[in-house]
Amino acid sequence: MATATKKYVGKPLKRKEDPRLVQGIAHYVDDLTLPGMLHMGVVRSPYAHARIRGIDTTKARSAPGVAAVLTAEDLAGAIGPVPCAAQIPDMKAAPRPVLATGEVRFAGEGVAVVVANSPYTLRDAMELVDVDYDPLPVVVDPEKAVRKDAPRVHEELSDNAAYRWELEGGDVKKAFKQAERVVKLRMTNQRLVPMAMEGRGVLAQYDRGDQRLTLWSSSQIPHILRTQIAAMLNFPEYGVYVVVPEVGGGFGSKLNVYPEEALACYLAMKLGKPVKWTEGRRENFLATIHGRDEICDMEFAVKRDGTLLGMRAKIFADLGAYYQLLTPLIPTLTGLMICGCYKLPNVRVEITGVLTNKMSTDAYRGAGRPEATYFIERGMDAVAAELKIDPAELRRKNFPKPEDFPYATATGLIYDTANYQGAMELALKQAEYKKLRREQAAARKKGRLLGIGVASYVEICALGPSSAMPAGGWESATVRIEPTGRVRVLTGSSPHGQGEETSFAQIAADMLGVTMDDVIIVHGDTSAVPYGIGTFGSRTLAVGGTAMYRCLENLRDKLLKIAGHLLEEDPAKLVLRDKRIVSKRDPKKSLPFGEAVAAAYTAKSLPPGLEPGLEATNFFEPSNFTFPFGTHVAVVEVDRETGDVKLLKYVAADDCGNVINPLLVEGQLQGGIVQSIGQVFFEEAVYDEQGQLISGELTDYALPHAADIPRIETYHTVTPTPVNPMGVKGVGEAGTIGATPTLVNAVVDALAHLGVRHMDMPLKRERVWQTIQEATGGSAGKARKAR
Amino acid sequence: MGLEIQVQVNGKNYQSEIEPRLLLVHYLREVLGLTGTHVGCETSLCGACTVLVDGRAVKSCTMLAVQADGSEITTIEGLTATPEAAGGLHPVQEGFWEKHGLQCGYCTPGMILSAVQLLRDNPSPTEAEIRHAIAGNLCRCTGYQHIVEAVEYAAKKLRSRKR
Repeated sequence: MATATKKYVGKPLKRKEDPRLVQGIAHYVDDLTLPGMLHMGVVRSPYAHARIRGIDTTKARSAPGVAAVLTAEDLAGAIGPVPCAAQIPDMKAAPRPVLATGEVRFAGEGVAVVVANSPYTLRDAMELVDVDYDPLPVVVDPEKAVRKDAPRVHEELSDNAAYRWELEGGDVKKAFKQAERVVKLRMTNQRLVPMAMEGRGVLAQYDRGDQRLTLWSSSQIPHILRTQIAAMLNFPEYGVYVVVPEVGGGFGSKLNVYPEEALACYLAMKLGKPVKWTEGRRENFLATIHGRDEICDMEFAVKRDGTLLGMRAKIFADLGAYYQLLTPLIPTLTGLMICGCYKLPNVRVEITGVLTNKMSTDAYRGAGRPEATYFIERGMDAVAAELKIDPAELRRKNFPKPEDFPYATATGLIYDTANYQGAMELALKQAEYKKLRREQAAARKKGRLLGIGVASYVEICALGPSSAMPAGGWESATVRIEPTGRVRVLTGSSPHGQGEETSFAQIAADMLGVTMDDVIIVHGDTSAVPYGIGTFGSRTLAVGGTAMYRCLENLRDKLLKIAGHLLEEDPAKLVLRDKRIVSKRDPKKSLPFGEAVAAAYTAKSLPPGLEPGLEATNFFEPSNFTFPFGTHVAVVEVDRETGDVKLLKYVAADDCGNVINPLLVEGQLQGGIVQSIGQVFFEEAVYDEQGQLISGELTDYALPHAADIPRIETYHTVTPTPVNPMGVKGVGEAGTIGATPTLVNAVVDALAHLGVRHMDMPLKRERVWQTIQEATGGSAGKARKAR
Repeated sequence: MGLEIQVQVNGKNYQSEIEPRLLLVHYLREVLGLTGTHVGCETSLCGACTVLVDGRAVKSCTMLAVQADGSEITTIEGLTATPEAAGGLHPVQEGFWEKHGLQCGYCTPGMILSAVQLLRDNPSPTEAEIRHAIAGNLCRCTGYQHIVEAVEYAAKKLRSRKR
């Protein structure tokens, strides 16, 4: 990296944002209070599908402290539907009104809003809204939903298949004709709840005089939110100010535009008072986007020696009742990444996006890639088992070699650079794979169920080239060196816990030869920073960071020109170091950083043709995505009697390119892997046949807690990407992508000698025990088979 | 309708007339303006709202404010004023900063207060004891390992001071 010095970049530095957070003096949306502020609540449907015969709001309206009660009828179209940025050819329209209009289509859909002067009177008044529902038939199973006789989620649509998306590369028919073996596997990647610790929250304020609408929201996309709110309310965009304060986690769930954001704005304008809405946890389960929920039938054409010839994947993706911002797009990312990190020249993917009476699915950490990786990596293990080849050896055999990059996949992507085998060998070595296999053999002889799971992944990050993104994939930055020599970085990318204020400051300080304390990173305020895209798809550093990097290069060159002029030295011979600008050939020739900065503003002796001031803006358009990769290894022991799975060891070898702050990378990996542990062993959003979310509280939807988790070992290889000047790829989702198949592979491996080929997540004790019973002909297994 | 309570919060005495149904977390946040205590789940499962009531870590989202009448409460905002902080950050706060024990920060105040109680009860906890002690506090970002290291850091620092 072409920085003047490397005082900060690459070091595990503690975060600039932490002092306020550990002292409880940071501000999330719900911590904000404005004079005269009112509180909004959403009355939600208990039914998954019903006609609304009538809503009686009389009692609620006259309750003490109530300022307004509103239904879709009262809105009379004043607010447009929830936006969807994704377009797939021949996709059916399923727009979501901000309040249910005539019909509700999932349990938790808003039917009325109440505004009151305190959260407690609000709760009282919400109880008084009387909604008369006429229940309609419900459809929850995506495969049943596409049958001709299935109830329709949207009466006006011909059926529930929202779209069919097909992709074929190579000659799949021929590959299957040439196949020596065909291996099939059916898998489910279950529906999950993102569960950011802070739910969503909104505060809206309208200034009638300035006609200025300010919206504080816990969001990953302040600028897109601003544009969409302006469109939904038909209000000039220049009058909308979005501020994103501290965000208590997002994981994709806040990469969206929700009805409550528009409703609070509308009510603030209508009532002339600030309106706050704070999501409850139950609401968060019901009415914030869900993730995953794909069923895949996968079929491999292989040679006996393990060479992959081709693959077919047929996927049903449950979209829920309506489209949120990116709902239809997410499954297509699964399709694009279905080849994983293997030479698979002939591939066919068919995806059916299905409407059901559930909350929408959308981007949840990994967004389509964890599903793809899970399917291909479980598939690889099935192939290995069928051909009796060691799973690591099968992978080794089918990896493209480092010299094959850039590597074009059959799905049309160009993988930038990688050494898949390098990362795998590192993981295997650190896990002592060969020794583990010997231990496993010995354990089996004693009747112990020890399993070793290996999975390799490649993910698609730094989203992305605008041509491949629904609403632009660039990112913006402005860097301003202020007259006093302090550096203000404005970024369009707005984080929610990743530590951008630290990693960006490390880069800026090194580029300009100042300290990290001299740098402030400003984000999340649309009136302060240039238009931007946001934080998702592991893009913040690789795209947003690069925009900043370009600005810094520009300002560094300008400062060197100014200093060269003042020192009578060739700017090419000058460097920025320790707040000075120094000549490389004559260190006595030097100038304090602050003097060069001041000279840019006093503008009395600038080189000819150079403009005053020190400010640069860049909109960085990436030429390609980046493709981080790695291999994870897990060791588990299954208790034959109880089905309990004990995670004994977890080793991850990841490659996210160059690393700015190893501590932050470690944090992202650890957190991602544990989220996967959640998916593999505990988490599942379960809807019953009536469309009720029965795991809709933390009592029923278990998250991993500290006592569930062993120490996770992380290792790295470094393969810088050529796609951006810093060689960084992104790491926010890697853990979540690599860990799921690793863990399931391990558990299935533990039971493989009993004849178990596959188990669907979550691998709860009961399911594991049942599987063992069935495989070993135990009493419970026999009883179930007889039923 | 209002009930009068007297509490000491972060060393300061308060006398308030409140609705009997007011939750302690809302009393702290809305009445006293101490917004460092967060609401995560409203059902005592996530621990984001943990505060110390008479020295015990308590989930303030399922305790009524009236139940705290006569109590001494420490919230995250009051931790720097405790003797253990010795005029700076409390060693647990410092540990979270040093060891990257937080990302989004939302669970952090509750997590820190649970750890403070642990270290008061058990100055030399094992890793398993730390993991057990914070098992009532959920974190969705960190994967807990850095939190464990943060608590280990604080334990070491507190022990070295006592010597």
